[in-house]
Amino acid sequence: MQRRYEVMFIVRPDLQEEELDKLSSTLEGHATNAGATVKSIERMGKRRLAYTVRKFADGFYILLTVEADGKAIHEIERRLRVSEPVIKFISVRIDEEEKRLDKIKQIRATKVKRSASEPAPAEPAPAPAATA
Amino acid sequence: MSDTPVPSSPSAGQDRGPRRDGRSGPGGPGGGREGGRKFFRRKKQCKFCVEKIDAINYKDVRLLSGFVAERGKIVPRRLTGVCTPHQRRLSAAIKQARNIALLPFAARY
Repeated sequence: MQRRYEVMFIVRPDLQEEELDKLSSTLEGHATNAGATVKSIERMGKRRLAYTVRKFADGFYILLTVEADGKAIHEIERRLRVSEPVIKFISVRIDEEEKRLDKIKQIRATKVKRSASEPAPAEPAPAPAATA
Repeated sequence: MSDTPVPSSPSAGQDRGPRRDGRSGPGGPGGGREGGRKFFRRKKQCKFCVEKIDAINYKDVRLLSGFVAERGKIVPRRLTGVCTPHQRRLSAAIKQARNIALLPFAARY
């Protein structure tokens, strides 16, 4: 069962840019090996942490969006847990939320259409008169 | 004698007292009963319903931080006016944000 997940993790701030690249690419490799398809990997930049984590006051935030099943997510989490520069991570399932948002968007679109179509019947009425 | 205020004003001042701690709520003060009140309180409305914000995401720190108090506590519905379904999503999002160090569990004193 492939589901959409969002894995956000924090990397320690004293890492070099190329190390960060290496880390994200190796993680991507691990994710694909585990049977997940990486949709996007986004750097959110360096940010101040709300509280100290492993004596670090700030860190690099990285957001990884994957399509995976539970096992693959488990594997990704394990990799994150054992990788030394990663100080914190969270994985959130987002497919249900996306579905809900799509539904709301659809409902809203139909409502807009209905309000738009209200003046519309007035238009076809004079049109036949013009053709006749 | 000349400095005695209008009789209703001291009571109005007292009424304002207990509500002062509703600081960060977008709805502001509200929920007052009518009838001879000096201060008319606008009925608080759910920010998410009014502004049609569908997604309450843990990454949106700026939005969420409006609903946590100084010390990091989640501000209750009765102060912010958020409706029940949205408050539920909001609190879940705040808790997720806390887990990834975007929001504090408890702010430093």
